[in-house]
Amino acid sequence: MARWDGPLKKIDDYRWEIPREYKSGMRVPGLIYASEDMLDSIREEQAAEQVVNVAFLPGIVGHSLAMPDIHWGYGFPIGGVAATRVEDGVVSPGGVGYDINCGVRLLRTNLREHEVRPKIEELLSQLFINVPSGLGSTGKIKVGKKEMDEVLTGGGRWAVKRGFGTDGDLEVTEEGGSLKGADPDKVSVKAKERGSPQSGTLGSGNHFVEVQVVGEIYEQATAQAMGIEDVGQVLLLIHTGSRGLGHQVCDDYIRTLREAMQRYGIEVPDRELACAPVKSAEGRDYLAAMACAANYAWANRQCITHWSRECFTRVFGLSLRQIGLEMVYDVAHNIAKIESYEIDGKKLSLCVHRKGATRAFPANHPSIPARYKEIGQPVLIPGDMGRYSFVAVGTERAVKESFGSVCHGAGRKMSRHAAKRGVRDADVARDLAARGILAKSASRGGLAEEASEAYKDVAEVVEVCHQAGLCRKVVKTYPMGVVKG
Amino acid sequence: MKKFDVVEHTADIGIVAYGADLREAFANAAYGMFSLMADLEQVREETSRYIEAEAGDRESLVVSWLNELLYMFDVERIILKRFDVLELTNTRLKADAYGEKVDASRHELKSGVKAATYHMLKVSEDNGRCSIRVIFDV
Repeated sequence: MARWDGPLKKIDDYRWEIPREYKSGMRVPGLIYASEDMLDSIREEQAAEQVVNVAFLPGIVGHSLAMPDIHWGYGFPIGGVAATRVEDGVVSPGGVGYDINCGVRLLRTNLREHEVRPKIEELLSQLFINVPSGLGSTGKIKVGKKEMDEVLTGGGRWAVKRGFGTDGDLEVTEEGGSLKGADPDKVSVKAKERGSPQSGTLGSGNHFVEVQVVGEIYEQATAQAMGIEDVGQVLLLIHTGSRGLGHQVCDDYIRTLREAMQRYGIEVPDRELACAPVKSAEGRDYLAAMACAANYAWANRQCITHWSRECFTRVFGLSLRQIGLEMVYDVAHNIAKIESYEIDGKKLSLCVHRKGATRAFPANHPSIPARYKEIGQPVLIPGDMGRYSFVAVGTERAVKESFGSVCHGAGRKMSRHAAKRGVRDADVARDLAARGILAKSASRGGLAEEASEAYKDVAEVVEVCHQAGLCRKVVKTYPMGVVKG
Repeated sequence: MKKFDVVEHTADIGIVAYGADLREAFANAAYGMFSLMADLEQVREETSRYIEAEAGDRESLVVSWLNELLYMFDVERIILKRFDVLELTNTRLKADAYGEKVDASRHELKSGVKAATYHMLKVSEDNGRCSIRVIFDV
């Protein structure tokens, strides 16, 4: 693959700018958050050129941004953030991706490592049986046509109404688990047909349910506010999205917007960047359909949360009250949101695209739960299954600079296929077991594709965001057991 | 002749499918995609489906065709392994596809494909050898 040799102007140790002069047509400069050590691997592929392409989008403000977990995507880079003016800018489904509202949810328990370790095998088996996973996996709940509309408008709220979880869960879910503006009529019949059998499923690929243990606490009081008290405490992390429904919504609207784009006379350098004015009928329809898919994903994570709780109570023979498993937070990392920011002294309504980037709002921000007003929004950053994950909090600086966004994970450094070459699931499982991590996957090749070697070190990625002031590290966790899709 | 090769892409997987003509290349692209989802040796031809796809141009038709098949997999849980492209123009495709419903006791599913994308999409015809390159979001 061709190396990217464009200009990266050093702003400081963690900020690298691609000047507007690099290519005529860029409306804003690009900005990549990275350490100097990361630049070489970033240049190995064309992800930086994708940062440049995104800078062409009409109405884009500030910078076309990329987080340190940047890697080559389709249209937008993974780790890309772009904000466009609602007034005269565009919305692009490629800035959200196929897995709309792919996101992560963290739960805390009252259990300690020494209590869970002897039962980890049984716990994983239970999770494996009770959380449907794998390619095209179908769910335990039947959602009919009419009820599907309730899922799409209600999201997490629908799930709680059906008995999956509590109102308390919704309070600590981004958007309360229910994004406004969702209109099921804007979601195709095909998308609903795909979503119907898959409600409440994990899916495949990099999706997982992971039992973790707290390894390090950087800010005791902040962690405490999240219900994380000490090293050795057991947590649960769930990572999944909107399944076939979201993929179909994205595919449908890339088609629609590609046609619309010609009518609006918009030119972009890559057709995966299909877009339409936010205020156009096509743009509004996409956002209404995207909100439906986002809600479907929150319903999905809510159902999985409920079944995970059942597994814990069964395995430990304790009440849910004794076990805990209260939610810390749930955050999307593939989504477009209408948010308001101050740009050059003026308050502007912006469409913030986060494609493999996590919202990271600071303390006292109006959009975060009352519980977190003093500490800021929890930011959940999973690493690969063999190493560690992080919990951080958002900062003022993120709001000023990156439209309240930070990284979303480790970021891949080699193709799944390459990672798979010569590596077998059994080898990966054995290697993990030797380090005290039990792993199960519903898919052949599921472990090999997700081996640590395929990912950057998430600690380095988070460190860049921390040092750049976009978030503050709060907790580091280690995996004990993981169910992969 | 080889039906397809796998191409590398950081986060995702792509294929280049080959054919003596475009019809064969479209058929092999579908075969290549299902190969990423299951071991097709284990799949029998027990049922068939008639499929139509439409798009604005030849490249987009590849995406429409493959995503139509993914839709069918999600909704009907059918793994398809043989494809007869009956009719093909730059904007329209009609095909019969053969395979069977997923049977967990016999089929080992891999981690699969979310969607066929427009990224690096390329259809080429050169001296009686056609190829289609397509990258999947996985």
